[in-house]
Amino acid sequence: MKGFSKIAWAALALLGALCLGTIALRRGESINALWIVAAAVSIYLVAYRFYGKFIADRVMGLDPTRATPAVLRNDGLDFVPTNRHVLFGHHFAAIAGAGPLVGPVLAAQMGYLPGTLWLIAGVVLAGAVQDFMVLVVSSRRDGRSLGDLVREEMGNTPGTIALFGAFLIMIIILAVLAMIVVKALQGSPWGMFTVIATVPIAIFMGIYMRFIRPGRIGEISVVGVVLLLAAIWFGGQVAASPTWGPAFTFTGTQITWMLIGYGFIAAVLPVWLLLAPRDYLSTFLKIGTIVALAIGIVIVMPQLRMPALTQFTDGTGPVWKGDMFPFLFITIACGAVSGFHALIASGTTPKLLANERDARYIGYGGMLMESFVAIMAMVAASIIDPGVYFAMNSPAAIIGTDAASVAQVVSGWGFVVSPDVLTATAKEIGESSILSRAGGAPTLAVGIAQILHSVLPSANMMAFWYHFAILFEALFILTAVDAGTRAGRFMLQDLLGNFVPVMRRTESWGPNLIATAGCVALWGYFLYQGVTDPLGGINMLWPLFGIANQMLAGIALMLCTVVLFKMKKERYAWVSIVPTAWLLVCTVSAGWIKIFDADPGVGFLAQANKYRAAISAGELIAPSKDIGAMQQVMINNYVNAGLTALFLFVVLAVLVYSIRAIVRARASTARTDREAPYVALTPEQQAAQP
Amino acid sequence: MGTALVPLGHYQAHKRVWRRLVQTARLCCGVPDYDNYVRHMLEKHPEREPMDYPTFFRERQEARFGGKGGFRCC
Repeated sequence: MKGFSKIAWAALALLGALCLGTIALRRGESINALWIVAAAVSIYLVAYRFYGKFIADRVMGLDPTRATPAVLRNDGLDFVPTNRHVLFGHHFAAIAGAGPLVGPVLAAQMGYLPGTLWLIAGVVLAGAVQDFMVLVVSSRRDGRSLGDLVREEMGNTPGTIALFGAFLIMIIILAVLAMIVVKALQGSPWGMFTVIATVPIAIFMGIYMRFIRPGRIGEISVVGVVLLLAAIWFGGQVAASPTWGPAFTFTGTQITWMLIGYGFIAAVLPVWLLLAPRDYLSTFLKIGTIVALAIGIVIVMPQLRMPALTQFTDGTGPVWKGDMFPFLFITIACGAVSGFHALIASGTTPKLLANERDARYIGYGGMLMESFVAIMAMVAASIIDPGVYFAMNSPAAIIGTDAASVAQVVSGWGFVVSPDVLTATAKEIGESSILSRAGGAPTLAVGIAQILHSVLPSANMMAFWYHFAILFEALFILTAVDAGTRAGRFMLQDLLGNFVPVMRRTESWGPNLIATAGCVALWGYFLYQGVTDPLGGINMLWPLFGIANQMLAGIALMLCTVVLFKMKKERYAWVSIVPTAWLLVCTVSAGWIKIFDADPGVGFLAQANKYRAAISAGELIAPSKDIGAMQQVMINNYVNAGLTALFLFVVLAVLVYSIRAIVRARASTARTDREAPYVALTPEQQAAQP
Repeated sequence: MGTALVPLGHYQAHKRVWRRLVQTARLCCGVPDYDNYVRHMLEKHPEREPMDYPTFFRERQEARFGGKGGFRCC
């Protein structure tokens, strides 16, 4: 039996290698998407079986007889020993969001090959390792949060720096996510109507769950999903109406202000009214759509039309500027390695872990699953016509604003597309235009719509599926914006409370409103500058987001390294040192380039100086309409340069403190980590494992 | 074959899978298993009255978005 299973694993490894070889070697002809999916899945399984097990047994030394915080502090509420499959679902729903869907779409401008290879290698060696190790470290310390863990193992100062870094990341994430929604909804009455319709639907659900049948999530969520589908259908009628269509058509700036106002209101309203029901709806829709997409790809078996590599690997791409190293590795953050997961793996999940031996399945396995979602996003972006992809994702300043000029520019890059195809695609998905819809969401929606439409072909349903996909993304992004604003508000109140103690009072209205307004103003500022950016915003904000996210991953992995040294397990420390080193090299060089590069398309300072020179010479740079707008662009670039410098400071400061902690740990002859004392599971507890 | 009785475990397996799915869906929304909570309270804290389901649900809703949690990934 044992021998057989070895043969089976070897066969699986061989299959993975074969698929990967096919992807890498077949150039100049289109290949089937299933090659990528099969390569990814077989490599994930082999990595889970061998590398994951190695980390579990040797590196972390998981002990199934050790009582977890869920068992020790079981209260039926926060600490609950939970069945591993149930917890896997919970953990996956908490980590998977817009990141793994959007990053690969943006990275597809270099072709599908670089992004796919990074997704597979990154998750196996970095992302899943981080999630898994942080989960175990937190679980052995009463389920404490990342900030507390850094504070305990490395000292107060790095702990505060890490918390401050986490707050900055949150602001950038909220701004980037909100910008994706704005870019998807501007000039789209259909999308706008359906997204607005989610508010009354959620309020109805909230009232139902609060007063009519308290806590009945299932039945009302079914009703909510049906109402949503009806809203999508009705949105098509609204968009077609000569009076209502224009009434729901807004510019990016208008939607930005609406979102800022909405974010403020949603964060101060009682959670049961809007936030919680929307959260339920978006969670179910998210999981449902991901499953449907996976099934759809297997049934349809689409051909990849994007080349494996495009000429934009040289860093001149229209979607975002910068060379493959380091910018590919920060453009795809979630799906390969995402620092934000360290907050989840040290948040609710360790408090629900029934037994340490489940940690590999939930931590390592959960991240592999997210990477698979990212692979599907890559597939969805690569099956659409490359000409359409570049027309949708390039800023108007580069490709122009009418179908004829866009088709000419994009065809000039070698991605032949006719103006008719561009207008026909727009008509097919029920939009007035598909040109320069940066942000990834619309592109992904076209890909998803093509797949779902091929599974369930029927006349004129393409537009329905497109808006279904847009709604699916907008819904969970807006939920993240609401919840993030709330969480950011508490963080800000805590930070300000250090100086003005009255700010700590979370129940009182004054501090509540001030902190919420502060939080909304911070992300609102970055959102506004992204939406009004002449180069489309993604070029500006997405790298900031990627650098921030990878920086947090670097901090989490440095923590894991310090813990390994303190546990006297330095012979295995390479497991976390290798990904840490890679992430630090990527983030620091990317940050450096973003600040100092001489190309105005890449470097923030160069861009700011270009605008400063033009302002003093009295010249206008299109598409800015007056000197005031140009001054705004200049200031934004200085702010972004300063923020990037702050990120670099945070990551380098934590590096210095980590090295100091490691040196001290090596000087000591005994273990110095702050693991909670070992408590054995009683025989009854072992028998009662859920 | 066709007349063989369905074994007892057949339906139990279905029920178990369904229950796990419901538990997963609820936990994704931050609501842990209520039965498990009541069992825990009866076994470990018999002197205390367990919350009824609506109270339990509201308590969990507040806890999820009350500042501690509420983190959602990018």
